[in-house]
Amino acid sequence: MTCSIPAVSNASPLLDVRDLHVNFVNGRQSTPAVRGVSFQLGQEKLAIVGESGSGKSTVGRALLQLLPAKARIEASRMQFGDVDLLHATPARMRDIRGKRISMIMQDPKYSLNPVVRVGEQIAEAWRSHHRGQQAAARQRALAMLEVVQIRDPERVYQLYPHEISGGQGQRVMIAMMLITEPELVIADEPTSALDVSVRLQVLALLDDLVKARGLGLIFISHDINLVRRFCDRVLVMYAGRVVESLAASELDRAQHPYTQGLMAALPDLDHRRSRLPVLQRHASWLTE
Amino acid sequence: MITVNNLNLSFGEESARSQVLFDVNLQVSQGEIFGLVGESGSGKTTVLKCLAGLFNHWQGALEIDGQPLAHCIDRARCRRVQMVFQDPYGSLHPRHTIGDILEEPLQIQGIGQRQQRVIAMLEKVGLNRAWQTRYPHQLSGGQRQRVAIARALILEPAVLLLDEPTSALDVSVQAEILNLLSDLQQQDNLTYLMVTHDLGVVAHLCHRVAVMQQGKVLETLDVPTLVSNRASMPYTRMLVEASRHATPVTAH
Repeated sequence: MTCSIPAVSNASPLLDVRDLHVNFVNGRQSTPAVRGVSFQLGQEKLAIVGESGSGKSTVGRALLQLLPAKARIEASRMQFGDVDLLHATPARMRDIRGKRISMIMQDPKYSLNPVVRVGEQIAEAWRSHHRGQQAAARQRALAMLEVVQIRDPERVYQLYPHEISGGQGQRVMIAMMLITEPELVIADEPTSALDVSVRLQVLALLDDLVKARGLGLIFISHDINLVRRFCDRVLVMYAGRVVESLAASELDRAQHPYTQGLMAALPDLDHRRSRLPVLQRHASWLTE
Repeated sequence: MITVNNLNLSFGEESARSQVLFDVNLQVSQGEIFGLVGESGSGKTTVLKCLAGLFNHWQGALEIDGQPLAHCIDRARCRRVQMVFQDPYGSLHPRHTIGDILEEPLQIQGIGQRQQRVIAMLEKVGLNRAWQTRYPHQLSGGQRQRVAIARALILEPAVLLLDEPTSALDVSVQAEILNLLSDLQQQDNLTYLMVTHDLGVVAHLCHRVAVMQQGKVLETLDVPTLVSNRASMPYTRMLVEASRHATPVTAH
């Protein structure tokens, strides 16, 4: 069931983050990127929306410790199942990363290795967490390509990233991330590089996989309209803070002027306006 | 203002030949904002590149302002047609200052009073003269796209070709750029030919729109017809439906 705070009998949520701070330290100068973000995640689709620079991707990367060394991560709690992500050793993190938590990156063009066949890249994801023969990994990769609805997986397996389209590339990324059967998937703008029609297919696929496998999904996006229809719950971030957290179905009743502004700024097919309202930012949003 | 007649384009030779545009016909009148929509690979950007002179081996006839376009790019053409590219992160020279970037077209064309023109243009797109000495990496995505628009407009062209000018930007910044484009168009009565795959943007900005699929123009229609779902082609109606109800369920 999708519930942000599971019943008492159900033990703890999948992921529990409290008061997460990320600072980028450069000599004596420290730049805050994330300032006190708290959320819990069950087996649901949680969206993090906000403009570029609001810290949404940094939250995702902090969970996997994918940030550069100059980033200082602090939190009062960062618990994933039985693992304390905050104090996990690098070896422990390597075990978790890709296997139990995986991340789908924004642009398949830049996140796939250009000189390795896509099938081999998917198989590699499996082999780095499971012992076994190459042939077995290949079979799994082919099966996974079928799951992500790629026609003719045998042929696509042999292709290089530049030979496949953007939609196919994103499916390959999804296949690579799901082959290890993770419990939590972080999707960082998985559809912003895609067309409208392909976007729908990729979303439908993610939706099916989340339902079928009971995953937790963190969906990072700047498209509030997309998120409203796709996710269960939405965190709205501004300048490193969560300014509002609400159910996706209640976005129409958003209280915070930033959320309202984001929604009003979207051009609407049915209500033509001569000018789009531009977001007016208030200094008070930084601290409130 | 813009006439495209039976535009054909192919790449490769003999057996490797692949045709990407098939008899494309478009008519855009003076002061109109015309949208080109379709999925990736449908040839929208290619049409723009033919008009801008970035592809020169096309067949057919292209006219701007009643004058046929040659198969080469020259100074006179640059003053009539300019293009704004999709990705503001890739279309500005990383080691030229904003001032240099804006001044270069003026230098090439031998136009005087460059400094004043650059400052006036920066102000027109909502930046001030202090930005002149900065480099592109010091600017945000929205500011870079403003510079790209300024660079296109500094030669005072009558026609602006826009290749997904907002797809690399955030929703809130997109609103600013769309407002800017609409203001500039009204001030100078410019003609826009805009490529996009976002029908929300089309409905907001454009007057008429052509739908492309696999290198062909499926249909040309005005925006009220498009949004009221009276398009004749099922593909067009599918596109409209897809942008209206972006629920994963409808994709099945």
